Amino acid sequence: MTHAATSPQFKENAHAALADVELQRSLEVLETNFIGRRKQVADKLPEFDALRDAARDIKNHTLAYLDLYLEEYERRVVAQGGHVHYAVTAADARSIILDICRAADAKLVTKGKSMIAEEVGLDDFLAEHSITPVETDLGEYIIQIRHEMPSHIIAPALHLSKAQVEADFRRVHTNLPADRNLDEPEALLAEARAVLREKFLAADVGITGANFLVAETGTSIIVTNEGNGDLTQTLPKVHIVLTSIEKLVPTLEDVAEFLRVLARSATGQEMSVYTTLSTGPRRLGDPDGPREYHVVLLDNGRSAMLGGQFRDMLRCIRCGACMNHCPVYQAVGGHAYGWVYPGPMGAVLTPSLIGIDKAGHLQNASTFCGRCEEVCPVRIPLPKLMRFWREREFERQLSPATVRTGLALWAFFARRPWLYGIATDLAARALALVGRAHGRFRWLPFARGWTDQRDFPAPQGATFQSQWRRRR
Amino acid sequence: MAGPRVGLFVTCLIDLIRPSVGFAAVKLLEGAGCVVDVPRQACCGQPAFNSGDRADTRAIAEQVIAAFESFDYIVVPSGSCAGMLKVHYPELVRGDPNWQPRADAFAAKCFELISFLVDVMGVTASGAQFVGTVTYHDSCSGLRELGVKAQPRTLLATVAGLTLSEMPDADVCCGFGGTFCVKYPEISNAIVAKKVANIRATGAGTLLAGDLGCLMNMAGKLSRDGSRIDVRHVAEVLAGMIDEPAIAAAPREQRASAP
Repeated sequence: MTHAATSPQFKENAHAALADVELQRSLEVLETNFIGRRKQVADKLPEFDALRDAARDIKNHTLAYLDLYLEEYERRVVAQGGHVHYAVTAADARSIILDICRAADAKLVTKGKSMIAEEVGLDDFLAEHSITPVETDLGEYIIQIRHEMPSHIIAPALHLSKAQVEADFRRVHTNLPADRNLDEPEALLAEARAVLREKFLAADVGITGANFLVAETGTSIIVTNEGNGDLTQTLPKVHIVLTSIEKLVPTLEDVAEFLRVLARSATGQEMSVYTTLSTGPRRLGDPDGPREYHVVLLDNGRSAMLGGQFRDMLRCIRCGACMNHCPVYQAVGGHAYGWVYPGPMGAVLTPSLIGIDKAGHLQNASTFCGRCEEVCPVRIPLPKLMRFWREREFERQLSPATVRTGLALWAFFARRPWLYGIATDLAARALALVGRAHGRFRWLPFARGWTDQRDFPAPQGATFQSQWRRRR
Repeated sequence: MAGPRVGLFVTCLIDLIRPSVGFAAVKLLEGAGCVVDVPRQACCGQPAFNSGDRADTRAIAEQVIAAFESFDYIVVPSGSCAGMLKVHYPELVRGDPNWQPRADAFAAKCFELISFLVDVMGVTASGAQFVGTVTYHDSCSGLRELGVKAQPRTLLATVAGLTLSEMPDADVCCGFGGTFCVKYPEISNAIVAKKVANIRATGAGTLLAGDLGCLMNMAGKLSRDGSRIDVRHVAEVLAGMIDEPAIAAAPREQRASAP
């Protein structure tokens, strides 16, 4: 039920992405809107790096006592009249939510943006059970009507142009006049707003995600820019928070620290437009709010990560800075990665959640330039974690036979410097003899990947070591 | 009093493709008062390390440590190989009572060439001459693992006749990535194409950097595009050793850096 991963076809996906002119134009927004703005606001805040350290430390502390904080959180939610459901697997999360929806006799469900809902494949599942889910975040709404996965964790429709969105709206909103003017982005926004307003009012259940769960108060917090989350969680009679166990932080004060790094890292805003807190159902005398309040806490492999090499990944606050700054993501976009979470964080998280045998190339889809780690607000050592996955891949012999054979041959020589010296000196001299006249090769039999699009510099002659030993 | 004894870890790429960078490094180190030797060596082990082959990496690391640990310093004319020796070798043997102390002591003595000259030997001027405009690419590992950024610029500023014209995104990856460029050549090519556009936008006649892998990638792309920009390791310019043809250039194809 969760999306089938096309990660094993990463190369083919990337090939298509590189040839997609519209996608390439859309990806330019990373440079103009995300990277530059993040740098501006980060530079303006002298304590930004200290805040990142604090954010890292709070998460490390919480993860070390996660069981205690989960219990405390649950106690608070229940005391306020809410319900907490633990979902071990994606299937558990889906069936818990289906049960809640059925008990509420729900036909229409509005949804705030939730990557966990994407992770468990909730929309398709609900639709199959005759419940209509409507995404209310503009980006999520667009990809829902296109039947696509998000290509970015905070900007799901980043891969699309305005013209593509306009075409989709005309295709789907058939009750509106065909000759309406949708030239301006504001017109598209107004149309989506009008369509969604009816859904907000008609929905039986509202499902949101959570950016943070606060143990001391039993509060769930979402950070948005559109206000759709507020309408999703306030208007229907049932509110379901679908989230995962690592979103816990101890106190509201801790959340304040995270809010200072989250929006800056994500969109280059000092604060997101809406920071919305929900703490249980409507109380006696409250003018509005849901009658029922449910929290579905997904594990789906996370507690296994707690005890292993990938624990650092559980600090992730889903800001997207790693993918914004990744040269590979910038080149191919999010869909090439083939599952819900793209970019460097996806390369680490996806194999943890669906298994390395299904995550294909992801751990290798990095130049290890380190820029992701450099900008990560909670200082996750992403290249190191990707390398851990490469070690698992190597141990389980999942890498292609050609790679393994080549590596073994190279390692045989590299472990024997004497032999290596003789072999490389011969090779360098031979290649130099052929290539010296031009200084480069336009074609090399064993390096087609390189020489298809680049020249390969010819060696100068004998190796440095053989020259050195002759001279001294 | 004799200067410090330096073991030059020349790196497999310089050893094989461009020995002149190794000799430029020796000249710079000797000019700074060091006594240089070159123990027999192969590779730092990055191809195995980044392919998940920990056993071979570990064997190579132990061999390199044993060959170099008697020197006062181990100097590497590459940020990525220096990062491997200095940052990753200790990670590989962490917790091993025999090897961890050796790897830590070894790592403390390891430096990337240009940062060693400036930060350790206190070199403030290069004494070389180079007439022309250059642009400088910050290779990722040197920049992010070792903090190499100001040092090459400090020394380049003292080269007579040299003008540095900075490119946009000088600190963004060139797409080389070691085995990445052969595993995912199309993506690597897309990344280096952006880099090359930034290089060309500066109008500089020469591109410099401190890592031969990145230099070969950028030179190969520039050359395929028919560019006349010379590509050299920064040590060649700082040592005043620019007689050899530029990277991927033919012998009589001396261009921007021609005297």
